Amino acid sequence: MTSHRHPDDPHGGEESCGGLDRREFLRQTGLVTMAGVAALSCGCTPAFIEDLLRTRFTRLSPRKLDAVLRGLEADYATRYGRAVSVKATPALDGVEFGYGLDLSRCIGCRRCVYACVHENNQSRDPQIQWIQVLSMDRQRGISLEHADHYYDPQQVPEADRFYIPIACQQCRNPSCVRACPVKATWQEPDGIVVIDYDWCIGCRCCMAACPYGARHFNWAEPAIPTAELNPDTHYLGNRPRPKGVVEKCTFCIHHTREGRYPACVEICPVGARKFGNLLDEESEIRYLMREKQVFVLKEELNTRPRFYYFYAT
Amino acid sequence: MRRNLWRDTWQFVGGVARLAFTGSGWYLAWLGLLGLLILSGLFAYVQQYRGGLIMTNMRDQVSWAFYIGNFTFLVGVAAAAVLLVIPAYVYNWKPIKEIAIFGELLAVSAIIMSLLFVAVDIGRPDRAWHLLPLLGSLNLPSSLLAWDVLVLNGYLLLNIVIVWHFLFTGFHRRPYNKRFVVPLLLFSIPAAVGIHTVTAFVYNGMAARPFWNASILAPKFLASAFCSGPAILLILFQILDRTTQIRIKQEALEKIAELMAYAMFLNLFLFGAEIFKEYYSGTTHLIHTQYLYSGLDGHRSLVPFAWGSLACSVAAFLLFLVPATRRRMVTLNLGCLLIYTGVYIEKGLALVIPGMTPDTLGEIYDYVPTFTEIRVGAGIFAVGFLVFSVLCKAAVPIIQGTHSPAGDRG
Repeated sequence: MTSHRHPDDPHGGEESCGGLDRREFLRQTGLVTMAGVAALSCGCTPAFIEDLLRTRFTRLSPRKLDAVLRGLEADYATRYGRAVSVKATPALDGVEFGYGLDLSRCIGCRRCVYACVHENNQSRDPQIQWIQVLSMDRQRGISLEHADHYYDPQQVPEADRFYIPIACQQCRNPSCVRACPVKATWQEPDGIVVIDYDWCIGCRCCMAACPYGARHFNWAEPAIPTAELNPDTHYLGNRPRPKGVVEKCTFCIHHTREGRYPACVEICPVGARKFGNLLDEESEIRYLMREKQVFVLKEELNTRPRFYYFYAT
Repeated sequence: MRRNLWRDTWQFVGGVARLAFTGSGWYLAWLGLLGLLILSGLFAYVQQYRGGLIMTNMRDQVSWAFYIGNFTFLVGVAAAAVLLVIPAYVYNWKPIKEIAIFGELLAVSAIIMSLLFVAVDIGRPDRAWHLLPLLGSLNLPSSLLAWDVLVLNGYLLLNIVIVWHFLFTGFHRRPYNKRFVVPLLLFSIPAAVGIHTVTAFVYNGMAARPFWNASILAPKFLASAFCSGPAILLILFQILDRTTQIRIKQEALEKIAELMAYAMFLNLFLFGAEIFKEYYSGTTHLIHTQYLYSGLDGHRSLVPFAWGSLACSVAAFLLFLVPATRRRMVTLNLGCLLIYTGVYIEKGLALVIPGMTPDTLGEIYDYVPTFTEIRVGAGIFAVGFLVFSVLCKAAVPIIQGTHSPAGDRG
């Protein structure tokens, strides 16, 4: 039994079709042949062949998906010497996530950056940080060209500066998804733009297309100290990534799909970060959109972010 | 009948291999040199494959660089073969018709190189099969890179078929099948424009990168391609003229040089239009052009290259424009070298790097390629030169009809 799930509709379309269709058959035959050739020609490892025979996430049947998740758990357990769970919690019905960031409160402490690194198992060496905090000159206002990305004063906030944290803006019209040549990144029904780390070919087209510098590449094998590994992971989110693929913020998909807040919202010491369901009139995010004046970054590019900035005071 | 075809093919392949790999000491030394460069590139690539792309100096800020720059330049070289096909087969101009096949050979070699440059740039070459139609999951119609994969491989296939047919029939001293090959040749004209346009659109479509997001990009790609590809051919033709029985007519060389002058004029004009718009309107987008031509806050690593490239292109344009310097071989060759250098920089480093510097959040990261990148790049160029040399070496006697088609040792 094969089931098809389309990226635009990952949960519907569970049609079953008695046997393999022609396309699937061709694919399988081709892949097995390729795997055989590869194995014979270079004496490759089983992991390599396993990777070669992989199916992309959106086309996995529930049964296959389960096998893939358990396989990953076993892999991580051997690599890190401790139990890691990998889930694939689907999007909740009637939920579309939105984010609010109060620039008048942000003090530029970067606690969100480090909380995110720990929560989402970002590589410590080489360093990957999904959130970048930019320090701006008050005299210039928001001007990316004059931003300081590596500010390092004795104490924040500095009198003449203000701060803008930037991560994936979870666009409604994401240029990264359009650019990907192999459909390895897509928008989920709850609005989160995700990446299948086991399908990405690492061409970095999405990074060139993203106007927010939100996507990061694993230039080397990512390194996470075993003790610091977060064992609660999601397939499309914070599970450990392989070398040579792209990653980015997923609104802490492993938390938020279970009704929890993203790590950056939880850690923020000044309450500058707000998060909620855009489809729920009563949510905090809808409240602030109603009561405050929100804006988005690079509005002229028509990416239509779900990440709103505002000044509460 | 079928058995004959098998036998003919077998003889052809064997014959071509024999023609390609025998020759004077100089020729074999040249092949040896290319072989060494390929080995060095291969070793560098193995290091990069093991350690990851961190062996390059690309980082999140500048995530495409030397490899993709070379890829872009070589797509241009490949597209330029049509500059010979058009006069030869559309206008039926004899002097170029005799040598048009070398344009196709150049196209094959250049596409192979450009595909290799993409292959070494991707983070997961083991997953490259995801790009195959049917087997993989090509993101059509929305991804320009997916389109590029299709058109580049299609163009490669097209040129291989054309070259194969010409050489195969020539090898067996049969007339080539006009009704088969001429439509393919004519189709190669829009296909060449197509590969270059789609490659330009990969950059052009990115609103995040104002330096690339200008409609002038695709026309400028074409104009510069029609300079750089023929520059290589002009030099090749003189080598062939000296070392083989093939006589290249002076008028053919002059005609190609004249076409190059027009193309370079168009290229410089489009460049001027771009510069005017950027500096006169002086928006925040100007910053990328400034990074290229005057540097930003002491970051000046591209500045000498940018001006060098411009100087080369202008000088070459003048040399090709004046009939006297176009006709003299010394100045013609100088012009070719200048064009090649000028366009190589323009379509390589000077296109890709400033598009990404400063990055989308305003950060400046000074990129210079690592030794690994240069070795891998040199290896790929060596592969291209090897393919081109070997194909030309085999093609010359076949075109001349001086080979022995039976394939026996004589």
